Amino acid sequence: MANLQLRDVRKAYGNLEILHGINLDIKSGEFIVFVGPSGCGKSTLLRTIAGLEQITGGTLEIDNTVVNDMPPSERGIAMVFQSYALYPHMTVYDNMAFGMRLAGKTKQEIEERVKYAAGILQLEPYLDRLPKALSGGQRQRVAIGRAICRDPKVFLFDEPLSNLDAALRVATRIEIAKLSENMPNTTMIYVTHDQVEAMTLADRIVVLKDGYVEQVGPPMELYLHPGNLFVAQFIGSPAMNILPAKIAKAGKTTQVEYVGGRKASVPVETPAGAAGQDISFGVRPEDLLVAKGTDALFVGKVDYVEQLGEVQLVYLDIGREDEPLVVKLAGNVEVKRGEEMRFDADPGDLHIFDGDGRSFARERLAVAAE
Amino acid sequence: MNPAIQGLITIVVGVGGCLGYFYLSNQFLDRVLYPAKGPNAGRNINRANQIRPWLFLFPAIFALGLYLAYPVFETLRLSFTDRSAGGAFVGFDNYSQMAAEPKFWEAMKNNMLWLIVVPAASTAAGLLVAQLTDRISWGNIAKSLIFMPMAISFVGASVIFKLVYDTRAVDQDQIGVLNAVWLSFDGGAWAVIFLRLLPAAILLAFAAFMLYGIYLSLRPLIWGENERGKPAWWALPLRIVVAVGAAWLLWLSLNSIYSLFTVALPYGQPQTWLTIPFWNNFFLMVVLIWIQTGFAMVILSAALRGIPEETIEAAIIDGANPFDIFFKIKIPQIMGTIVVVWTTITLVVLKIFDIVFAMTNGQWETQVLANYMYDKLFRANDWGVGSAAAIVIMLLVTPILIWNVYNARKEMR
Repeated sequence: MANLQLRDVRKAYGNLEILHGINLDIKSGEFIVFVGPSGCGKSTLLRTIAGLEQITGGTLEIDNTVVNDMPPSERGIAMVFQSYALYPHMTVYDNMAFGMRLAGKTKQEIEERVKYAAGILQLEPYLDRLPKALSGGQRQRVAIGRAICRDPKVFLFDEPLSNLDAALRVATRIEIAKLSENMPNTTMIYVTHDQVEAMTLADRIVVLKDGYVEQVGPPMELYLHPGNLFVAQFIGSPAMNILPAKIAKAGKTTQVEYVGGRKASVPVETPAGAAGQDISFGVRPEDLLVAKGTDALFVGKVDYVEQLGEVQLVYLDIGREDEPLVVKLAGNVEVKRGEEMRFDADPGDLHIFDGDGRSFARERLAVAAE
Repeated sequence: MNPAIQGLITIVVGVGGCLGYFYLSNQFLDRVLYPAKGPNAGRNINRANQIRPWLFLFPAIFALGLYLAYPVFETLRLSFTDRSAGGAFVGFDNYSQMAAEPKFWEAMKNNMLWLIVVPAASTAAGLLVAQLTDRISWGNIAKSLIFMPMAISFVGASVIFKLVYDTRAVDQDQIGVLNAVWLSFDGGAWAVIFLRLLPAAILLAFAAFMLYGIYLSLRPLIWGENERGKPAWWALPLRIVVAVGAAWLLWLSLNSIYSLFTVALPYGQPQTWLTIPFWNNFFLMVVLIWIQTGFAMVILSAALRGIPEETIEAAIIDGANPFDIFFKIKIPQIMGTIVVVWTTITLVVLKIFDIVFAMTNGQWETQVLANYMYDKLFRANDWGVGSAAAIVIMLLVTPILIWNVYNARKEMR
């Protein structure tokens, strides 16, 4: 049971700064997911929390204690590594008992804790085996068991599912979700580049890019109200369609002029005098619906169709060079290549971003979050 | 003819001969014996391909058979014959004659001493250097310097160390480093620190280590086994043997500490180091340790680099200190490599000849088996006893060789 406070946390290697002042409050018992593209600093941030990397600026508090200079073993954390990092020369039992033996726990206590962890993870039959005699999924469970045995206040996961195959990934993901449910007082921090893991596991997602926090919030908030262009395109698959546009009329509802002089009204307030400003106009592929009438947001010829079974991705040529509009339709709708189609969307599902890529709706969001 | 030109001709003939053999023999196989044409082309190609590996293997098999396999059996035969009796079969007479000679048992004893000290010291030193140079910027320079003796032949190294151990009369300048250092001690404070306190401290540390070893090996017997699992049947005797051995070494080191402070050291007199019985063995071993440390370091350094970084980070999070990480995480993971290095050096040590031959020639109680064999075979011209000594060396080497090959193959898998 522990909360974490990150205040202006910075990490630099020589002159190269990787983390540029991260501020983050993590409540006790929360499941936090750090997500972002490769090289965004999410793993580095996790490793600074673990204490494997020293931070070069700011303060890091666990349980209201500054831990900047505290060795990893005293921070009350446990970490699960992407490559499992099991000790290859020790049995499953010894792997889980190693930390407790170093800490000088009694044999009885060690046995109890290992049995408990093995029970949760169904590892009892494998306690006497060496890691090399286990499958990938079993190894990852041992790594998680080793973390449980440390009885940590904070669990750290560094892309724990990346080395597993697709089916096992789903199974282990559910196992981790259950684990976090069974330990409601344990804070969990999970690093991944996979937005599906982020969406399914997180209480709150932290989206990182180039060492900056882009947005922090519950999964659905990030999905429905992305704070900026990056988050809008990062969360959701396929990515949100972004079109260059202009504000035709500012006000309570904004009129937007986009491709080919078409106009749409978006129920988001823009400041007076913003008219004429260049903006980005976004709509998710799954929010687009086949238009009933003749009046539609988008009209174009079908360029290409990808049939995925339960859904199909329709690439619509709306007159932009090489950048078709992507539409996600149910798999059973018949769509022919070259056919002209019209699409509409609920006005509430339309997003507009200013010239710097920030969402116009963000002030309202900030107020709602308070 | 100039020897250089002779050498050049040898190289040209040798390399040319090899190339010629491989080219012509393959030509013969493909063109004359089984030509890849005519009605049986397919069958001929298959047959030619079955024979081809043997063409390539033949020179090596022939040379190894002639110079290695045949001599083994011939030596075995000679060890049962007597030259002075015209090569008559004499059974095990040579062996019993050898066993009756004190010089043979001296060689056996010294070989065992070499066998224990040199591989242990070389491997330990190599491991220490590999670990210490792993993360420092000038580590590669240090490693190159320590590796360099590997390029020196045993005889060359012996000559270098003969100069280190050299002795001159007391009124002359000492050209031997060891004597020069020795003569700088006069029984004052420095002599007490370096010749009594420092060795005493090292011995004390060793004694403490042995005490810890006794504790580790007896702990499960007194306070019960590990939390889990039954010990194997051989665990108990092994633990007792280790504990007794450690106790003996502990007593030995404590005894040595006592004698360190009571012995009267001959200050001011140059020592002829290589004639001091028992200790001169160690002066000879230093030469081989100096050479083999580089070998152990290179192999173990590569093995240390191969340890996954995450296992070390996981251990740090588990609360391991640097000693725990080294002894409980790193060493167990490279144990296979350590065993291979250890046994490889053991093989070198069992055959040790050049260093003893060049430095003392087995005098002053430094005889070893290989030099004893040489003595008998080429100085006493007694092929019987000489061959018997060679067979003894081979019997000692073979099990270690098999063990070494087994381990090396296991490592490669």
